[in-house]
Amino acid sequence: MRHLLSPLDLTIEETNTLLDLARDISKNPEKYSHVCDGKRLATLFYEPSTRTRLSFEAAMMNLGGTVLGFSSANSSSASKGESVADTIRVVSCYANICAMRHPKEGAPRVAASKSAIPVINAGDGGHQHPTQTLTDLMTIRELRGSLNNFTIGLCGDLKFGRTVHSLINELIRYENVKFVLISPKELRVPDYIIETLDEKHIEYEVVEKLEDVISKLDILYMTRVQKERFFNEDDYLRMKDFYILNKAKMDMAKPDMYVLHPLPRVNEISIEVDDDPRASYFKQVQFGVYVRMALILTLLGLDKEVR
Amino acid sequence: MLNVGQLNEGIVLDHIAAGKAMTIYKDLGLDELDCCVAIIKNAHSSKMGRKDIIKIEGGLDLIDLDVIGFIDCNITVNIIRNGTIAEKKPLTLPHEIHNVIKCRNPRCITSIEQQLEQVFVLADADKKIYRCRYCEERYTS
Repeated sequence: MRHLLSPLDLTIEETNTLLDLARDISKNPEKYSHVCDGKRLATLFYEPSTRTRLSFEAAMMNLGGTVLGFSSANSSSASKGESVADTIRVVSCYANICAMRHPKEGAPRVAASKSAIPVINAGDGGHQHPTQTLTDLMTIRELRGSLNNFTIGLCGDLKFGRTVHSLINELIRYENVKFVLISPKELRVPDYIIETLDEKHIEYEVVEKLEDVISKLDILYMTRVQKERFFNEDDYLRMKDFYILNKAKMDMAKPDMYVLHPLPRVNEISIEVDDDPRASYFKQVQFGVYVRMALILTLLGLDKEVR
Repeated sequence: MLNVGQLNEGIVLDHIAAGKAMTIYKDLGLDELDCCVAIIKNAHSSKMGRKDIIKIEGGLDLIDLDVIGFIDCNITVNIIRNGTIAEKKPLTLPHEIHNVIKCRNPRCITSIEQQLEQVFVLADADKKIYRCRYCEERYTS
């Protein structure tokens, strides 16, 4: 049985196969509309996430399956002190596959170790968010046609932003991807990611000002400074508006520099950018549903039945 | 010079860095053993200047070599039989260590689920980097 806890759980070949499947789903959604008839997805969300949860639910319903679960720890047995291991053992009796979001890092790994059904990590604290990464990969591939040979700028909260960590870990497996890491000093990527980039001799630079580097980027990946990751409110207030992407900055960028954002966006992308054809964050949301459909099919072993 | 009685059957942990013996005593759970354990601190060593030594009466099953390997690969583990060194056990960095060190990441699942085993995995043998199995936070002593 396969789980998806980190993007690296899939080989590069498996990732590409999954992205091919997601593309086929996007082109022929009706072909897949009953593949999961009679199957259930459990969404175990210990912290609020409207977007990711709805994306998983939409994905399963698009495949003909049904969904059950909870959307906050308060409405689960966790509020009574039940462990993650016990919860997944119970849920394994109700569903065929599970998507788990948890504020504590490593919780989905604990679940996977005790689960009788595939577990998908739908985000664990500041650690990993592999389905967002697959979404990002699909978006980049669909927009650029390839996941090789480009420069990506990652901007904002690179310390606690799990989407950033997962995306870097994934993209370093592709050829000639250069990284520009744009953040305030306090929110730089963790040391272990820098160590990995160094060990693999991958080209990167660490900067503080977006306008200094925006002209060289092929992809700009904006992130939100997340209040829930800070223990200190003052630190959050000081850094929340450090970067704001506006039309003036977009004018400095390449005509084919696409802007991605895992959403929700707060102030970091001005709404005047939304109408720019390079603003791709809402397309990204749609790709997210396709990629989750492909993942559900793959982990349930139903991917080959359709093709 | 202080003399500690000769061991007939047991284990001698030699070449422990001076001052480290009590840490090893605790990490190996030697305080929970019923057998005779001797700790020698700051013994003279031609190689190290000063060293600590631990002598344990009993079989090799009493100690976890992985724990010693994690603490210091340079410690010598001598198996004593009939009063002489019968075997020297080589130490390597263990691939995983269980319930020896704790993850200090306040966001790790182990911070709220105390019953979980504390597992660290060797991420880089050259740099002796261990990471929490769950949150991948690097262990720093």
